[in-house]
Amino acid sequence: MERTIRVLVAKPGLDGHDRGAKVIARALRDAGMEVIYTGLRQTPEQIVSAAVQEDVDVVAMSILSGAHNHLFPRVTELLKEKGVDDMLVIGGGVIPDDDIPGLKAAGIAAVFTPGSPTGDIIEFIKKNLKRKA
Amino acid sequence: MDDSAVSAERVRSGDARAAARLISMIEREDPSRLAVLKALHAYGGKAHVVGITGPPGAGKSTLTDKLVGDLRGRGRRVAVIAVDPSSPFTGGAILGDRIRMQRHATDDGVYIRSLATRGHLGGLSRAAGEAVRVLDAAGYDDVIIETVGVGQSEVDIVRIADTVVLVSVPGLGDDIQAIKAGVMEIGDVFCVNKADKDGAERVVREIRAMLETAVLNGAATRFTPLFEARSALRGADGSAPAATPNPGSTEQGAFHHIAAQAPGHPNLEIPPVVTTVAETGEGIARLVDEIKAHEAALAATGFLRSRREANLAWELGRGAAQRVLSELERDESREALTELARSVLDRDIDYYDALDALEDAMTRTRRAVTTA
Ligand SMILES: Nc1nc2c(ncn2[C@@H]2O[C@H](COP(=O)(O)OP(=O)(O)O)[C@@H](O)[C@H]2O)c(=O)[nH]1
Ligand SMILES: [Mg+2]
Repeated sequence: MERTIRVLVAKPGLDGHDRGAKVIARALRDAGMEVIYTGLRQTPEQIVSAAVQEDVDVVAMSILSGAHNHLFPRVTELLKEKGVDDMLVIGGGVIPDDDIPGLKAAGIAAVFTPGSPTGDIIEFIKKNLKRKA
Repeated sequence: MDDSAVSAERVRSGDARAAARLISMIEREDPSRLAVLKALHAYGGKAHVVGITGPPGAGKSTLTDKLVGDLRGRGRRVAVIAVDPSSPFTGGAILGDRIRMQRHATDDGVYIRSLATRGHLGGLSRAAGEAVRVLDAAGYDDVIIETVGVGQSEVDIVRIADTVVLVSVPGLGDDIQAIKAGVMEIGDVFCVNKADKDGAERVVREIRAMLETAVLNGAATRFTPLFEARSALRGADGSAPAATPNPGSTEQGAFHHIAAQAPGHPNLEIPPVVTTVAETGEGIARLVDEIKAHEAALAATGFLRSRREANLAWELGRGAAQRVLSELERDESREALTELARSVLDRDIDYYDALDALEDAMTRTRRAVTTA
């Protein structure tokens, strides 16, 4: 049997709504994944603890408010501190093109900006899982 | 972390990653989980397993969050298993219970795990039983299980939990009827949440009335055997059991002592019905008191042991049935089944002879395996 992919969908930072994150969550569910949704205003520490306790394959974060350059790398840093090297971390939201190389260097495997088809995100996840499915 | 790095020692040392990975191995029925589970076996049996069930939207997750907070205040380590349904079409799921509990995410004394039902009926995931044993052996003092919340089909939770909390709310209309139908069998402690809303008092009255009627009718409920064991205990030494700090009160203790509803029932007992506002935390301390009083009553009567015996016997039976089913799904078995089907259709043997032949063959295979 194929392994079920588990994804933590999280919203770090102070965004006031999570419509985009919910759209992604539903798309991933419809693609057969189990999505653990953690809600708004999550600190990197909360996201990493939840990812560990839930034993997810993927951490998917979305930010609209602009703190991505600080918060996304903080998550990958904390994962590294905990010795977690087998989770795929992806980001999305309103992120200027100029910021993307820095985020990738910090371990964010892919960055999806508004308008990215959800199919692309699903395909990226399936192709880039760090644990064998 | 590699699956092979998961060990009983790591789980026992409070390593959340190891416990989390082990639960994933349980979920996909990975045979390599067994060695770790067997090694953990000696350490289990200490946790108080509490089930939270009730209709969707009743506030189970919000309540669980508050229960965790209160129990942490009492110095207890708490694990939560929150179950949500998988989509029958895609197999995917959105597991949203955790949203309400995220404030505990960074507390080392709390472990929260969301599970999808993955096609299992009965309000829980198939992995739930083994996951509870892992968290018990990992040293969590309380393991809280939030069920899917489908009302009448919540059969599994009564087999896993020591104490089942049945949550109701005002304003459910016809849904309350659905709960009523299954209410007597399931609950040990009854909670009416959203007491800030109109109609909560009416729900409390209705539940009390139903419980009274059930007791008066001598209905087979989950709580009557405990009451019986408790009165036997009371009869034996002539005093009120320790689990009831204030036996005359209707508001405290393991059980309410309500007025007799019929001649000859001077001491009619029903389970506690607690009102809460999960959002503000109102009534939570009282709910935890009742949950703990129930555990104390189970322990005082010896019923904790007998309930666990009955539950485990049921689980063993189900596990055995599962093994038989898996065996029947193997290719060799399928061939044998087809052979037998042909013989039945050709009128060489009858259907019942075929079943006997099958049973014989399976017993022989198993004997061959165990003596090999
Ligand atoms: N008014 C009111 N709303 C509540 C209360 N407890 C929970 N809720 C709300 O009820 C909704 C469902 O709660 P949730 O805990 O997810 O319910 P579950 O589906 O049973 O787990 C949420 O919007 C909660 O904020 C309460 O005591 N009073
Ligand atoms: Mg819930």
